[in-house]
Amino acid sequence: MAIDIKIVEEAKKPIAMHPKKFALWLFIATVVMVFAALTSAYIVRQSNGSWLVFDLPNMFWVNTAIILASSLTMHWAYVSAKQDKIDVTKLAITLTTILGTAFLVGQFFAWGQLVDNQIYLRGKDATAVSGSFLYVISWLHWLHVISGVVVLVVSTTSVFRLKANSKNLLGLEMCATYWHFLDVLWLYLFVFLLLNR
Amino acid sequence: MATTDIHIHSDVHHHGDHDHEHEHHEGNFWTTYIFSQDHKVIAKQFLITGIFWALIGGVLSVIFRLQLGFPESNISWLKPLLGGWITADGKLDPQFYLALVTMHGTIMVFFVLTAGLSGTFSNFLIPLQIGARDMASGFLNMLSYWFFFISSVLMFISLFISTGPASGGWTVYPPLSALEQAISGSGLGMTLWLVAMAFFIASSLLGSINYISTVINMRTRGMSFTKLPLTIWAFFFTAIIGVLSFPVLFAAALLLIFDRSFGTSFFLSDIYINGEPLAHEGGSPILFQHLFWFLGHPEVYIVLLPALGISSEIIATNSRKPIFGYKAMIGSMLFIAILSFIVWAHHMFVTGMNPFLGSIFMLLTLIIAVPSAVKIFNYVTTLWKGNIRFTPAMLFSIGLVSFFLTGGITGIFLGNSAIDIQLHDTYFVVAHFHLVMGSASFFGMLAGIYHWFPKMFGRMMNEGLGQLHFWLTFIGVYLVFFPMHYIGIAGFPRRYYSWTNFDTFSGFTDLNMLVSSAAIATLAAQFIFLFNFFYSMFRGRLAPINPWNATTLEWTTPRNPGHGNWPGEIPAVYRWPYDYSKPGAKEDFIPQTVPYSETPESNLPHETKLIKLESSNGDNAIIVEGSH
Ligand code: HEM
Ligand SMILES: [Cu+2]
Repeated sequence: MAIDIKIVEEAKKPIAMHPKKFALWLFIATVVMVFAALTSAYIVRQSNGSWLVFDLPNMFWVNTAIILASSLTMHWAYVSAKQDKIDVTKLAITLTTILGTAFLVGQFFAWGQLVDNQIYLRGKDATAVSGSFLYVISWLHWLHVISGVVVLVVSTTSVFRLKANSKNLLGLEMCATYWHFLDVLWLYLFVFLLLNR
Repeated sequence: MATTDIHIHSDVHHHGDHDHEHEHHEGNFWTTYIFSQDHKVIAKQFLITGIFWALIGGVLSVIFRLQLGFPESNISWLKPLLGGWITADGKLDPQFYLALVTMHGTIMVFFVLTAGLSGTFSNFLIPLQIGARDMASGFLNMLSYWFFFISSVLMFISLFISTGPASGGWTVYPPLSALEQAISGSGLGMTLWLVAMAFFIASSLLGSINYISTVINMRTRGMSFTKLPLTIWAFFFTAIIGVLSFPVLFAAALLLIFDRSFGTSFFLSDIYINGEPLAHEGGSPILFQHLFWFLGHPEVYIVLLPALGISSEIIATNSRKPIFGYKAMIGSMLFIAILSFIVWAHHMFVTGMNPFLGSIFMLLTLIIAVPSAVKIFNYVTTLWKGNIRFTPAMLFSIGLVSFFLTGGITGIFLGNSAIDIQLHDTYFVVAHFHLVMGSASFFGMLAGIYHWFPKMFGRMMNEGLGQLHFWLTFIGVYLVFFPMHYIGIAGFPRRYYSWTNFDTFSGFTDLNMLVSSAAIATLAAQFIFLFNFFYSMFRGRLAPINPWNATTLEWTTPRNPGHGNWPGEIPAVYRWPYDYSKPGAKEDFIPQTVPYSETPESNLPHETKLIKLESSNGDNAIIVEGSH
């Protein structure tokens, strides 16, 4: 009795990343495009002339320092969660949330300084558009930071409930990615505004 | 005689596999049909909403065509529908005419051909054709539909408010769209438009993010990028274009909202109303056009690419031939996608922009003709000497190729910045984009419905009615849009309420009558489709598992695939999707799930080499199944 042996070739598993992480990156791409559009509109309008040159409020420097520091603590939280140092993680993520909130509050002071410098959302004449751009861009970034702080609060709760550890890092990792992104986005906007006043 | 199969199973872990147990798990009415997270149900929700909007959009266009074709006639019989928008002497209100044109454009471009087309077919086909149980995130997918629904409700409400819906054209250029004093529709109607579009953008982005991450991360074993059907490639590029361009529209809308409601002047300057200057100063309306068309031009490809993908699939299947130039098709779609971001200023040649810049945009624009021609060439060569089956889906796909060609050629005229001075904002442009975008994509959508109806509803649509629908629509479309070229070359501007008031412009009255009559007939023909669609849903002939003898994965699912799509394991894929009429093969198609080892009679030499006994990975188990 003969035996037919049939050999079936192996079907390769295609390359893949975690779909949720990947989706986060795509979301980041959309946010980048919104700000790319706003900053290009800014440049185009500026090149048309009649443009009020403004000084950035000093609080922007302070807030930049705050949000940079928060990125460091965020990274610290991530690294310690990876090594299962629960207490350090708790401390670091709480610090991050506090710093994030400080940034949100600090921006209010920054806008107050702008008003003191007589930069308004709607100014008296054709040159005031520069101020309108400044407010709209920083407000929109601020709204995104709110969403970032909400994510931070969620992550902080999960750390305190001991749900984030080296075995279960996805949430914290995505939180970190988003937070670092918001930091880099602010840096970009800050440097952009500094160079193109 | 005994047969022994040796399967080499790799112990890969597949995302979808744990969902397995959920298959028989029945939800209640609300979770199954309304707040469903199943991609097939969401696809049908998009489809039904899209059809609803297409009807409304079609009716609006017929109303303004009545005005253009029969300006003298008394249309007070429309009073029950339009109420105060019909003047005392039975004429259409001129402001409402502009509202009709605006809403027709908005509805057709965004609600029907973006949400209705991508929403339906990306949702339905991506998981089924790449072999996934569902989308990457069912929840976001559901959210995507409900944002679209909210957007639809707002836009629908705006049709009925007393000041009328937005009336500044679908491109909502300021200052017209920014100032209530300009036209009554720029009041509440425009506000509703902007809010509705914000929801629409959110919906579209959620959808696109999901499509991209599903295509990249959830393909079944063996489904490499070079084995993806062209439909998936097209949906994939479409989603990428959407992710990159819709946020820019959002930015433009945001600045417009500030101008309208918070007194800023991003887009407004030097405006006098009744001799009084407005407070707005220093803005640039051209800036809005740049932002708008940075979305606007990619948007036309968001509308077209899915239709091109659908027709590639249908033409190959129904010619019983492999698609000609699979890689060239992918390459040209990629090239089109890239180019679509750097040609936007061809909509702005006459805004006073630097002629040198104009010639750069002209060059980039004309280059689009190259990948477009590659696609047309490949469609025709696929058809060439095929065993063509003229199913309704096939007819509509061939119709698409025809419109893409006739409409694309006029793009080359318009793309010349000098000729565009004469043609800009005339009926020539209207003819151009209705053929190349409107009709081509619409035909792609209809083709898709006829082709995948059996998978969506488990029944067949009536073929004779489908063919009748095709011929009436195909002839109707050409009768409507072809004469518009002549009207446009003669210099007739678009978005004018009436031409007969000027002697110079009353020359083409008879042609306009023909166009309007054809438009009415074409709309009427769509009711054949509607009847066929709803009747077949309940009474159609039961569909076989694979009615078109197609090769792709969706036809390996049960007649009515449940939640999770495949009752057992997800099939693996071994070959590309276009093995039609392969020389030596037993049948004229070989499904993607058939390994090369089972088709020694038709394998090409390099394919035989792909059959290997030993896997590269030592962890893989060898399972021997046999019987005596
Ligand atoms: C060979 C390729 C093409 C070229 C060179 C081309 C060129 C142009 C140009 C120059 C205009 C502006 C005309 C004007 O306003 O004066 C235009 C308008 C338009 N094109 Fe195309 N086009 C091409 C293909 C397409 C395709 C494939 C689509 C859609 C799928 C499309 C959709 C549109 C639309 C919607 C408008 C008018 C928008 C409006 O003003 O409301 N075009 N095209
Ligand atoms: Cu264009």
